[in-house]
Amino acid sequence: MKNTNEMEIRFDSRSENEGFARVAVASFMTQLNPTVEEVADVKTAVSEAVTNAIIHGYENKVHKICIRCRISENVLTVEVSDSGKGIEDVQQAMQPMFTTMPEQDRSGMGFAFMEAFMDSVEVESEPGKGTRVKMKKTVGKGRELWTTQSL
Amino acid sequence: MKYQVQENCLTIYLPREVDHHNAEEMKREADAVIDRNHIKYVIFDFEKTDFMDSSGIGVIMGRYKTVSLIGGEVWAVHANERIRKIMTLSGVTKIMQIYEEERI
Ligand SMILES: Nc1ncnc2c1ncn2[C@@H]1O[C@H](COP(=O)(O)OP(=O)(O)O)[C@@H](O)[C@H]1O
Ligand SMILES: [Mg+2]
Repeated sequence: MKNTNEMEIRFDSRSENEGFARVAVASFMTQLNPTVEEVADVKTAVSEAVTNAIIHGYENKVHKICIRCRISENVLTVEVSDSGKGIEDVQQAMQPMFTTMPEQDRSGMGFAFMEAFMDSVEVESEPGKGTRVKMKKTVGKGRELWTTQSL
Repeated sequence: MKYQVQENCLTIYLPREVDHHNAEEMKREADAVIDRNHIKYVIFDFEKTDFMDSSGIGVIMGRYKTVSLIGGEVWAVHANERIRKIMTLSGVTKIMQIYEEERI
């Protein structure tokens, strides 16, 4: 299939890597010629999913987080997975303001941000096994195709 | 954490990126300063900030909980378009004042 591209990174679940993960995905998506806002949207969503893997999935212990990205035509797919503790009730976890860590100043807005900034968010999770968050976004759709017009 | 205390008002100069990694230390330091100086007003200065996720919202909400007990307030200043969007989406704008700069 033409116009596809993939990349995969695996890194330690250290909070220092939150910034690295955002930048890695942001630079992978530049080939789609995204707007500044689209890049910011994806960075926010990646940051939320990676932070969740670190603090909820692995409860701040150091294990591996995997990010897989795929570009197909103008659609970016980002998958963030951990092999951590998993989520009992995914539907409940995804409700805005729901958090299992209120005493640690978590806002419970992580999934809400992922849903607001990406076109779709799917969560697969099994208690004791881990969590995979799969997000998609069509990039560059609002852009005028002025380059194809004669000047 | 860069900050300034004037009487009962704490201004926190936020870093370029406010994520979980940066938020942890900021929360600890801010709480110590708030406690020590009997802070009632907390101003978050976003001048240098171009990225914030829900961890930053947690930082704001947590400080609001503390100072609102003594009738205090939290403010945001110098927030760019993106930061305002994040704050509006999260609903945190219901508890905090956003200082609108004059635009010429
Ligand atoms: N990767 C994960 N592993 C285990 N639990 C998770 C994971 N991601 C999210 N959760 C659960 O879903 C809840 C909601 O997540 P989120 O919306 O990001 O809010 P917050 O991170 O502020 O708690 C978390 O409090 C946690 O219980
Ligand atoms: Mg979260």
